[in-house]
Amino acid sequence: MSADPAIEVREVSKRFRIYREKPTSLKQRLLSRRTRADDFWALRDVSFDVPTGGSLALIGHNGSGKTTMLKVVAGILRPTAGVVRQRGRLAALLELGAGFHPELTGRENVYLNASFLGLSRRETDRVYDDIVGFAELEEFMDTAVKFYSSGMLVRLGFAVAVHVDPEVLLIDEVLAVGDEAFQARCIDRVRWFQEQGRTIVLVTHALDTVRQLCDQAVMLDHGRVQAVGRPDDVVREMRMTILKHDLDFVREEGSKEIEIAAASLLDGRDELDGPLRPGGEVTVQVDLHANEGVDDPVVSFALHDGMNRFVYGGDTAAAGLDLGRVVGSTKKRVRFRLGPIPFVQGKYWVTLGVHSRDHERTYHVQDQRYAFEVQELGDARGQVFVPVAVEVQDL
Amino acid sequence: MIWGSPAIATALKLTERTSEPPRLRVVLRVRELWAFREILWNLVRKELKVKYTASVLGAVWSLLNPVVFLAVFWFVSEVLLDGIPNYPVYLLSGLLAWNLLSVSLSSGAQAVISNANLVKKVYFPREILPLATVGVSLVDFVLQSAVLLAFLLVSGYGFTLATIWLYPVAFVALLTFTTATTFLVSALNVRYRDVQHLLGLGLLVWFWMTPIVYQGFLVQDKLRDVALGPLTAWQAYLLNPAATIVFGFQQALYEDAHGDVLPAFSTGELATMLGVVIAVSTVLLYLTWRLYFSMSGDFAEEL
Repeated sequence: MSADPAIEVREVSKRFRIYREKPTSLKQRLLSRRTRADDFWALRDVSFDVPTGGSLALIGHNGSGKTTMLKVVAGILRPTAGVVRQRGRLAALLELGAGFHPELTGRENVYLNASFLGLSRRETDRVYDDIVGFAELEEFMDTAVKFYSSGMLVRLGFAVAVHVDPEVLLIDEVLAVGDEAFQARCIDRVRWFQEQGRTIVLVTHALDTVRQLCDQAVMLDHGRVQAVGRPDDVVREMRMTILKHDLDFVREEGSKEIEIAAASLLDGRDELDGPLRPGGEVTVQVDLHANEGVDDPVVSFALHDGMNRFVYGGDTAAAGLDLGRVVGSTKKRVRFRLGPIPFVQGKYWVTLGVHSRDHERTYHVQDQRYAFEVQELGDARGQVFVPVAVEVQDL
Repeated sequence: MIWGSPAIATALKLTERTSEPPRLRVVLRVRELWAFREILWNLVRKELKVKYTASVLGAVWSLLNPVVFLAVFWFVSEVLLDGIPNYPVYLLSGLLAWNLLSVSLSSGAQAVISNANLVKKVYFPREILPLATVGVSLVDFVLQSAVLLAFLLVSGYGFTLATIWLYPVAFVALLTFTTATTFLVSALNVRYRDVQHLLGLGLLVWFWMTPIVYQGFLVQDKLRDVALGPLTAWQAYLLNPAATIVFGFQQALYEDAHGDVLPAFSTGELATMLGVVIAVSTVLLYLTWRLYFSMSGDFAEEL
């Protein structure tokens, strides 16, 4: 493997001029010499390397500059300052079906689109059957694509995209289209690229994808590099900023008449170590310590996924439990046994709280302090885990 | 595996992207364009397909245009004015050249804008867009010239060896000049949308300033003795490269039996004039290409 990185980004900045009234005519240019334009820095001093054969994820909020960065690397936009060095043939998947024309047939569009992605006619000939097979559009290839449904168009664009085989591949969020099965095939394809030693830069919102696929991540925030390093660390950083923007989020608060003294995630009796299997069980154990006497406290938990979406929650009151009067300087232990866990994969964050039954008083809340991970089993895929029993009978 | 194994990664081509608008290095850039030729062919093919597939007559439409023109101007010249002998040959030899220029320019002005989505999402040398419009007009030119050729052979009009060699010279001049000017309008129109409107008017004036439907001989006759600053009006008229190019095509194909249609140039003189046009157009091509090249880095933002 080459010692030179496939992509070197050095202090790249990109400024856009936002014209309040864009002067696109000569008259406007001549009459108002000073056009009213605001500067907007989409990228500021961004530097990172992608080693040959490496996979890097660019993550960040909308408008953080991810796509701009990708376009600068691809040569579509020119940096305002800084330099990008890139080695090898590059293909950028910024859009599915770039150049598709409605009047042309599926076949013609495949060749047109493939040429924009850097495939020669002969190279396209060689993968043409695979593309058609992948898109599952065998009968429609000689039909003008204006008669295609939007789903068919996406499939065709996708099929071409995954058959591009450059040395450096830039992917912008296109993984996010298509149904679950299609995405799974796409991820397989990205894995295959990696096995072939290709260099990949991926822009995505799916933090779990980042942790699964990439060996490096860069987080951008308002055009600046906020974090760079191992995907786990950068994703954590990303989560922290997501939480920071969440106004409801507080790390810890409460009046502490009664507090969470300790909490842990258990696998049966033992401390949970390592990821759960889909369908597995986890026990959330909460040790409470009352500093003062409290009447009828309620203990609750909530689960959030990697994107800070509320997934599930429950409390002792809903379970019909009554903690009654808790006297000062006493301890109580509450266990929530969760299971079977219906998630297929991802990291889930546990929020714990103690409050009065009417929610008027919050004694103690620890927001998303604990986490457990679920890892898919073999080829299990999808949104939720469904336990399946299979039977075969001779009839 | 299609593109070779990563083991040869050390030999990979290094691309550097900086804030500097890159200088146009012609040889390197031509090599780059050659590497992307597939896109050029595909765009030309696409334009032609889109233009003609949904229509019943297809490419016949391309041929119909000069035929209708021919009929109208034959009527005007034959019935209303003193006729130019063999008017179809005279008209078509100039008109086809003019069409290549004017169609390239008017669609070239739209080349970048109408492909905004591609420009914003895909990297390829942007020159391909105006080149594709020239390519499409070139295909029409070839088709229409085939009609003219067929007409020349079928009607027994034939060619004169003494003049036909001007044809390729005029063609080179036409193509160079067309490419140069198309680069200019397609680059400028991205920033100043006035260009497309200006171009519509400009082409109208330019058409009548070029000896296509009327006789160049008459112009020479009337303007030769009119002074226009340091030049005669006739010399000023000849500053229009399109006029020289059209004269070239006419001299190559049209036989001026009485010497009262074409201006009084010898074939050698015309060849020299065309040589000058080629030289000037080549310089112009370099300049407009450079302009286009340096502006094209910002196309994705300006659209």
